[in-house]
Amino acid sequence: MSQTQSSEKFDVIVVGAGPAGLSAAYLLGKAGLNVAVVERGDFPGSKNVMGGVLYRQPTAEVFPEFWKQAPLERVLVEQRAWVLTEKAVFKVGHRHQAFTEEPYNAFTVLRARFDKWVAQQVRNVGVLIIPETVVEEPIMEGEKVVGVRTGRPDGDLYANVVIAADGVNSLLAQKVGLRAEIDPDQVAIAVKEVIALPREVIQDRFNVSGDEGVAIEMYADASWGMVGTGFIYTNKESLSVGCGALLSQLIARGKTPNDLLEHMKAHPAVAQLLEGGETREYLAHLIPEGGLTGMPKLFTHGMLVVGDAAMLVNSMHREGSNLAITSGRFAAQAVLRAKEWGDYSADSLAYYGQLIRDSWIYRDLYKYRNMSRYFEHHPEFFGLYPDLLNEAAREMLTVDGVPKRNKQRAIFWGALRKRSLLRMARDMYGAWRSIA
Amino acid sequence: MKQLTLEQKLFLNGFRPDKDSHLVIKNPEKCKSCKLKQCTYVCPVNTYRWENDQVTVFFEGCLECGACRVACKSCGNLEWRYPRGGFGVNYRTG
Repeated sequence: MSQTQSSEKFDVIVVGAGPAGLSAAYLLGKAGLNVAVVERGDFPGSKNVMGGVLYRQPTAEVFPEFWKQAPLERVLVEQRAWVLTEKAVFKVGHRHQAFTEEPYNAFTVLRARFDKWVAQQVRNVGVLIIPETVVEEPIMEGEKVVGVRTGRPDGDLYANVVIAADGVNSLLAQKVGLRAEIDPDQVAIAVKEVIALPREVIQDRFNVSGDEGVAIEMYADASWGMVGTGFIYTNKESLSVGCGALLSQLIARGKTPNDLLEHMKAHPAVAQLLEGGETREYLAHLIPEGGLTGMPKLFTHGMLVVGDAAMLVNSMHREGSNLAITSGRFAAQAVLRAKEWGDYSADSLAYYGQLIRDSWIYRDLYKYRNMSRYFEHHPEFFGLYPDLLNEAAREMLTVDGVPKRNKQRAIFWGALRKRSLLRMARDMYGAWRSIA
Repeated sequence: MKQLTLEQKLFLNGFRPDKDSHLVIKNPEKCKSCKLKQCTYVCPVNTYRWENDQVTVFFEGCLECGACRVACKSCGNLEWRYPRGGFGVNYRTG
């Protein structure tokens, strides 16, 4: 491939064809810059994994009206939250007619298909995508990143700026010294199955029509009492079913991710929805959970870090791709300004850090900065409280000749035997503080 | 629905395995003193198995997630890298 010979210098090299990298590449290519995207998979999307919810607004900021052409699965019209215990489930949900109308709020997608389409848009604006190529290390000149060394023979590529969009494991950001090794309490390990079901079955079972879809987030027993969550998202003719837990908790409890998923799938309320389904693929992904505390340095001379590589995930609201896309957009803005100034130093690229800092990304991560740590040290939110909730509901709904007031008292004193009122008040206040 | 074993699930995925492993235990002796041997259970596809007093690496089914790399941080005994370009898992859905 002549394009990968060492002689060519690009304005920008993007490492990784995920949502962050492709967004940056698209905007930079559109602005007329000479951009290359280096992707280690066979095609953009072939190594990319997420739960499956894509938000319209942040995506449309980069790809206007993408929903009219892109391969999407379903329009998300309803979100449900389930609190699971071994034999019970407490459910809440929300559906709004506005979610069913253009321009929509969110969609379910399958990354391998969606990212492939995005990559085509990126090619259309003149960006060179180099697949099947692993970036081995940065090429440095002093403190400055001037390119990347790929696994191909004569595979050195040079550029004014390198955008590290190489995902949660970002070896690139680490080798440049922007990121420390990840700790097991800063990431969740999540696994997912894509389970095929006929279109009509999905519509009947999830109470939707046409291309409308549902997202169910599941807590407590969904992650076997560990800090984590589970989910079911409806696709056109399949379900994305997955769960994950903090890696540190999995290590301490001696559980395997596959057992965790099978445990959730076996829950009676979940099993019912999956009945008759056939697994088509089994996927795994590490999710940054460190929030603000896990965020690395975002820029240096000649390099920017975006998306999962910058640990940009809001675990409270299971948002990641929207932070990735927006960070890619900010990176493109910073690079365009740097080009205008002819200055790719850290001082110039600091504009990217400023854009992140002034945006909702930073605000949201700041809001939940203590959440992950709080819940890791309060396992009762994944065991005791879900239990009390479901047992209270069961008690109040069981008609057995016992007066309701007596039932209420029994629930109240029963709870107090398990945890004092003061402790409960402190737990609730602490939990509220960690997410408020 | 019918429950599949992990082996059956991996048959569903597309893989192009390389000849040599991209995951290398730096010093196999060191693993003998590892108490938890967490790599043998945190991996979603059971890549690392404790057999005959040492860790055997079944890298062919690796999903390239990086859980083992983070889990082994305390020992630092794992040389973790991605498979060479064009090799490894190939998702169709993602």
